[in-house]
Amino acid sequence: MHHPSFTRTEIVGAAMRPMLAGRRYWIWVAILSLPVLWGTFAYGYQVSRGLGVTGLSDQFFWGIYETNLVAFIGYSYGGALVSAILRLTGAGWRAPITRIAEGTALVTLLVGAAFALVHLGRPERVWQFFTSPNLTSPLIWDFVAILTYLVATVIFFYLPMIPDLAAAADGLEGRAPRLERLYRFLAAGWKGLSSQHRLLDRALIGMAILIIPVAVTVHSVLAWAFSVHMRDGWHSSIFGPYFVMGALFSGVAMVILITAAARRLFHLEAFIGLVQFRNLGYLVMMMGPFYLYFTFSDLLGESYTLNIGSERLLSLLMVSSYAPLFWGVIFLGILLPTLLIAWPRTRTIAGITVASALVVVSMWVKRFLIVVPTLAVPLVDEHAAVKLYSPTWVEFSITLAAAFAVPALLLLLFRLFPILSIAEIEEESRPAEPVRPYAAGLHPAAESAAGAGEGGESE
Amino acid sequence: MSQRPEATDEGRRRLLKALGAIGAGAAAAGAGLIRWDLSALVAEAAEPAGGKHPWVMVVDLRRCDGCDQCTRACQEMHYLPKDQSWIKVYKMEGPSGMTYSLPRTCMMCESPPCEKVCPVKATYKDEEGIVLVDQQKCIGCRICMAACPYEARYFNFEDLPKTPATIGPATPEHPVPQQKGTVGKCVFCIHQLRFGKIPYCVESCTMAAIYIGDLVEDVATNGRETVKLSQFLKKNDAIRYKEELGTGPRVYYILGHGQDLNH
Repeated sequence: MHHPSFTRTEIVGAAMRPMLAGRRYWIWVAILSLPVLWGTFAYGYQVSRGLGVTGLSDQFFWGIYETNLVAFIGYSYGGALVSAILRLTGAGWRAPITRIAEGTALVTLLVGAAFALVHLGRPERVWQFFTSPNLTSPLIWDFVAILTYLVATVIFFYLPMIPDLAAAADGLEGRAPRLERLYRFLAAGWKGLSSQHRLLDRALIGMAILIIPVAVTVHSVLAWAFSVHMRDGWHSSIFGPYFVMGALFSGVAMVILITAAARRLFHLEAFIGLVQFRNLGYLVMMMGPFYLYFTFSDLLGESYTLNIGSERLLSLLMVSSYAPLFWGVIFLGILLPTLLIAWPRTRTIAGITVASALVVVSMWVKRFLIVVPTLAVPLVDEHAAVKLYSPTWVEFSITLAAAFAVPALLLLLFRLFPILSIAEIEEESRPAEPVRPYAAGLHPAAESAAGAGEGGESE
Repeated sequence: MSQRPEATDEGRRRLLKALGAIGAGAAAAGAGLIRWDLSALVAEAAEPAGGKHPWVMVVDLRRCDGCDQCTRACQEMHYLPKDQSWIKVYKMEGPSGMTYSLPRTCMMCESPPCEKVCPVKATYKDEEGIVLVDQQKCIGCRICMAACPYEARYFNFEDLPKTPATIGPATPEHPVPQQKGTVGKCVFCIHQLRFGKIPYCVESCTMAAIYIGDLVEDVATNGRETVKLSQFLKKNDAIRYKEELGTGPRVYYILGHGQDLNH
């Protein structure tokens, strides 16, 4: 059993790189913030003029805002998986990427949840969710589930960081008094006592167990906001698990993508190597075919009912208006990434990152294909000519802002908090005694890869 | 539209009671259909019988010629934007290639799917079975539009047409003027019914194809004649659109040209 071992100074130095980064960091922040500012302006325009500035209509009353809601909350699932499930299985290789994964979860969830407000015609009345809730409405379930998940995600970002915060406060001693006070406060009296370690471990295990049903609930109720309606394409019993699988698939891909960017930008190559990419890649590779299977199951039933609505929907998806997007997702978004990771020649950091980028983009398109084509099927005059929905610059601007807000917020987040989990990496790189049974779990070769990981991989 | 009279149940009760009396008379006479004069009816009104009565509509598709008068009257009187047809006349094609017109109002479902999914209880069913939207409460999430199998709901995307100062304030029963950013739909002109008047669409239909009625009192009128509702529905093999969905729609259709409404 061999882990790359680092001294505490090395780890702390790397973890605090975004905090100390200079001009290049701010240039990146500025570049990423521009589309966000533009999108904020577009939202202001929408609030002042009303939803008439969108491409929505009485037929296409939902569009890319709902797509964003589902897609971005889906991206946050990678964090839950890496921090919760992989924690419970004792996968030690995840130590260098847990903070990135948890930060990604937090930020994508915030951005996704914002669309619950953005899509409203009367956002200023949202307080009625508290004062006049209708418990039979899937949107109330969404509201409760997303808020719970948000709290859990914040806790999950915070708890494992407590020892790091204490270390950061020590490191800052006297140099940045305000930041030091903040860290000291958040570290909640952490001194590294063994009793504190025991308590934190128990809390983390408890949270890890708790966050799994919470996460499953969130995407299930999001799915049910569609499947409870009597509409072809939505009224499907598979929608809950289908959405959860889609969220995991896209979420892990998102963690890979963000990890690749952070590794490059902050030179974390010594800590994050092929082993992390490959193990996460295996998850993507496993979930891709699963998601394809769910898609197939969903559409097969639809295709045998032979009512006019189903027939029109399937024709829209598979042979007419939406066919390029649909087959694009199947081949470029699911099959190609799966193959890229499966084939040893492309199972490199670069190959896995490209595969993940394809998945992240395609899964947004897939959600669009779940939300929109169903609405193209008329309910009363079933033979009416098909109309299509085209989003306006307002919707595109706000969506683009959301996409850019994720890396922008992550940069700011890691300006404030260490990008690596110092305590966990330390624990994993402690020489001699294996701290916990190394559950390479996903792939037995992970061990040797960890050893070769540092310099051995090609990029 | 002139200014609205003081809100009171009186008018409605009188209409109901009179409708009931005439309906009963018609039944006793075994006539089924009798001529009916609205003003005389309201004048004859008796004391309210008490109890609540679900309103229904009957649309005789044999008579509808698709002239869109109902839609125009509704739009004008409710100050709707041109793209909102609370009563919409669909031009449909039947299985044999024949064409027919299908006026679609809100179906005033007994179990309204829109009500179940509204997160803030802005959509509700009143004690007379009328499904209403409180536009003061509606947050504009549009999930009710997803739930409605009849495409009966409309979102106010744009600023609404100007209304005279004498109209308002808007209520769920009389949502004029509507609120931008919220959902609106047909209200069966409950604001008319309460004052002993028939809905605008019924009133404006030159073919007298639309009836407003009361299930408990068992009468319906198209403004020209009053019928005993149960007999009228039975005799004409009336059906309810998409009844198989279980929403319990309260609009009946009389077919007659081979339409396949319940495909």
